[in-house]
Amino acid sequence: MPTALEKLQDMRRKAIFRVFENKFRSPIRITVGSATCENAAGATEVYERLQQNIAKHPGMEVMLSRVGCAGRCDLEPMVTVVMHGQIPIKYMRVTPEKVDKIFEEHILHHKVLEDFTMRRSASLYNAQRVVTVCGGKQCFEKHAFDIEKAFLENIQRLGLQDKIILTRSACQGLCQYGPVAYIYPDNVMYQKLTIEMVQQICEEHLLKNHTLGQYTWKGERLANRSFPFFGDVYFFGKQLRLTLRNCGVIDPESIDEYLAVRGYEAIAKILTQLKPQDVINMVKKSGLRGRGGGGFPTGNKWQFAADQVNSQKYMICNADEGDPGAFMDRSTIEGDPHTIIEGLMIAGYAIGANKGFVYIRAEYPLAVQRLEKGIKEAKEIGVLGNNILGSGWNFDIEIRLGAGAFVCGEETALIHSIEGSRGMPTQRPPYPAIAGLWGKPTVINNVETLANLPVIILDGEDWFSSIGTEKSKGTKVFALAGKVANTGLVEVPMGTTLREVVFDVGGGIKNNKAFKAVQTGGPAGGCLTTEYLDTPVDYDSLTAAGSIMGSGGMIVMDEETCMVDVAKFFLDFTQSESCGKCTPCREGTRAMLAILKKITEGKGEDGDMEKLQELGSIIKNASLCGLGQCAPNPVLTTLKYFAHEYKAHIYDKKCPAGVCSALVSYTIDPQKCVGCTACKRKCPVHCITGDPKKPHEINQEVCIKCGTCQAVCKFNAITKS
Amino acid sequence: MENDKKNTTCCCSCSCSSSGILPQNIVHYIEECMQKPHSESYLIQVLHKVQSHFGYLTPEYLQEVGQRMNISSSKIMGVATFYNLFSFTPRGKYRISVCLGTACYVKGSGKLLDQFKEILKIKENETTPDGMFSLECSRCFGACALAPVVVVNDKVYGDVKAEQVEKILAEYGFKK
Repeated sequence: MPTALEKLQDMRRKAIFRVFENKFRSPIRITVGSATCENAAGATEVYERLQQNIAKHPGMEVMLSRVGCAGRCDLEPMVTVVMHGQIPIKYMRVTPEKVDKIFEEHILHHKVLEDFTMRRSASLYNAQRVVTVCGGKQCFEKHAFDIEKAFLENIQRLGLQDKIILTRSACQGLCQYGPVAYIYPDNVMYQKLTIEMVQQICEEHLLKNHTLGQYTWKGERLANRSFPFFGDVYFFGKQLRLTLRNCGVIDPESIDEYLAVRGYEAIAKILTQLKPQDVINMVKKSGLRGRGGGGFPTGNKWQFAADQVNSQKYMICNADEGDPGAFMDRSTIEGDPHTIIEGLMIAGYAIGANKGFVYIRAEYPLAVQRLEKGIKEAKEIGVLGNNILGSGWNFDIEIRLGAGAFVCGEETALIHSIEGSRGMPTQRPPYPAIAGLWGKPTVINNVETLANLPVIILDGEDWFSSIGTEKSKGTKVFALAGKVANTGLVEVPMGTTLREVVFDVGGGIKNNKAFKAVQTGGPAGGCLTTEYLDTPVDYDSLTAAGSIMGSGGMIVMDEETCMVDVAKFFLDFTQSESCGKCTPCREGTRAMLAILKKITEGKGEDGDMEKLQELGSIIKNASLCGLGQCAPNPVLTTLKYFAHEYKAHIYDKKCPAGVCSALVSYTIDPQKCVGCTACKRKCPVHCITGDPKKPHEINQEVCIKCGTCQAVCKFNAITKS
Repeated sequence: MENDKKNTTCCCSCSCSSSGILPQNIVHYIEECMQKPHSESYLIQVLHKVQSHFGYLTPEYLQEVGQRMNISSSKIMGVATFYNLFSFTPRGKYRISVCLGTACYVKGSGKLLDQFKEILKIKENETTPDGMFSLECSRCFGACALAPVVVVNDKVYGDVKAEQVEKILAEYGFKK
């Protein structure tokens, strides 16, 4: 009898054959990003136009496929073209018109359209090789920059500077082998480099094309998979993509492609070699903490449930990503649904559950559709369902839809929602691990937590715990949005500073405006100022600074954002999402919101700030669940770090950022106004009067302060005060 | 939906007294769910299906769901009113949803909402008298990188600017 692992390896060989037959043998491969946001940006039209172009050339071998979101959302839709044996070229903001040009010039005439490519990739196209030196913290401590310098000197000495490009990446997760350097497109990683080795590598490998086998790192890490695809782009090179390892790399709707990249090998391995307690011990030792926000050690949570003697236990994946401004879970499921299925199975095996649920937002139709397809296909090939891979172990997964209630992210509320009731939290203890869904022991893990599990099982708990800080291990995915240049999904090792995330990966503030604050943790988190930019991103440091890690929303705010208004926004959100069960949250948030509204309307009075402070601390201490306990955080942190803005609203009746409309007014400077009538025509409420070629005037009583007039004025005649 | 015909009698073979206003496919789905353990846990799924068929929920629909699923009307009403996605008012042919998630909000989606209200002359959660447009606020579509986002039925508009509002409405035949 073949073991589960042997069976899986056989399936993998066949899958690789099918995938290669179809795809990788084609001399030209084109992939189009396809997730909710990419489709919104026009990826569907781009895909259709590519199909039309391919159909015009019947003899041509082109493999066109869809991949999940690569994370660089502001450049979508993205199209990647791989010509056989050459560096992949990534085109950004592709339109159907651009597709025609790309097809004509690049596919037919092998000429890269540099203007359409993402930064750096076109220059790489002409290079023979790219040498990437790891610039991660631990490699840096091991003199990685001397290594980088040595590469530069040797490349110049050998006269290779036109053929070789030298770049620096972020941590590659190979810290104990550092300093490391990656040679592309040879796909060779050199480890434990010294200056002498660099000289040899340059002379033998770069000049004479002989790989120095004795110096290479021979392991196969799941985490390093996306690097060959994206590592040449600065935005990606700065990241370490562990949970997003397959997003943007494989076709999310093809189980063969997932199998080809060692998919379902982790579950096959534990079914063959490990007892449930071994799996729990591995996860405990890895130091993995819940990625949903709380940061509770995952292994300990499992242990509670595993210790319960009960014939029926449940495993739940929390994909109710309710935080506004967070889309990590959506992208992960849309880009790599099988990882979530496998993660759920691993957790189920560890705690002794045979039934899993994925509780997902109904607002994510594409994610639901891909997950449904994934579950169906996994059952068809026998990696899910009864007698998985012949091991005798059964596991079934069902999907349950949410219906738009933020509080359902809370564990007990989520359980009630799955049961078909109102999603209201209940008092803990008993914790769900003891008595959860239908009173049975239940573990709820977040999508990102589950996505880490196959990596821990296959790459080892010791390796996983080598990444990150002392108490926060591994990586964290952030949804970077707001007033930042590169919006999108980023995954960085724990301990990376906020500055590195916002300015290095995120590319700084849009339009050269000044940075004001970064908001982490969604409506339950806080806003951190410039002084906190060097805070390392980990559970404990962010909590110490007054915010929380949260699920990973990271909203960047610039000088044009009013912090009082932001605090009001968050409180408005939590107030309307409060389920109403406990008084502090139901009534307290309402009272706080009333005060904030008053302040932003210019009716603030002395003592309001103190009242907010007092109410905030009461709600924090007395609320039943996490929603209420965290609801005052955005107000309390802004009160702490932006007290001057509150004071300006209350005492000077001014909104320094010019956002609170009751406190701003638009006026037309009659000296500058030439009477072009542009503002008058565009004003949505028709409150601007004046004859052509004569200065215009704004009727302040009717004006809704939308700012359209200022935006359309070409003479800077309209000022906001 | 393919099945628009209203059944005058109960279409399943049970002996319930339901007048059978739910379409056949939903009735079948409920029957399937009733075969499984913890059948009441499918309630939210069923309500989603009813709403996507009729566009909104009414006490009559809920009553029939209750009879078929053996759940009290009061409990179903409680569930249906708890979740934001369930609506009890008829919505327009074109449902305009302005995202008020954090990323969209800091990029000015509040102003977009004001503009839609101003032009359509309706408030949030209202429908224009001709039944063509309804206006809703949403709490994040997860397309934050395209902020500010406006969704009309299933079409997502990213990076929407105030001056585009009229243009978007015009695409759906809105005339002032």
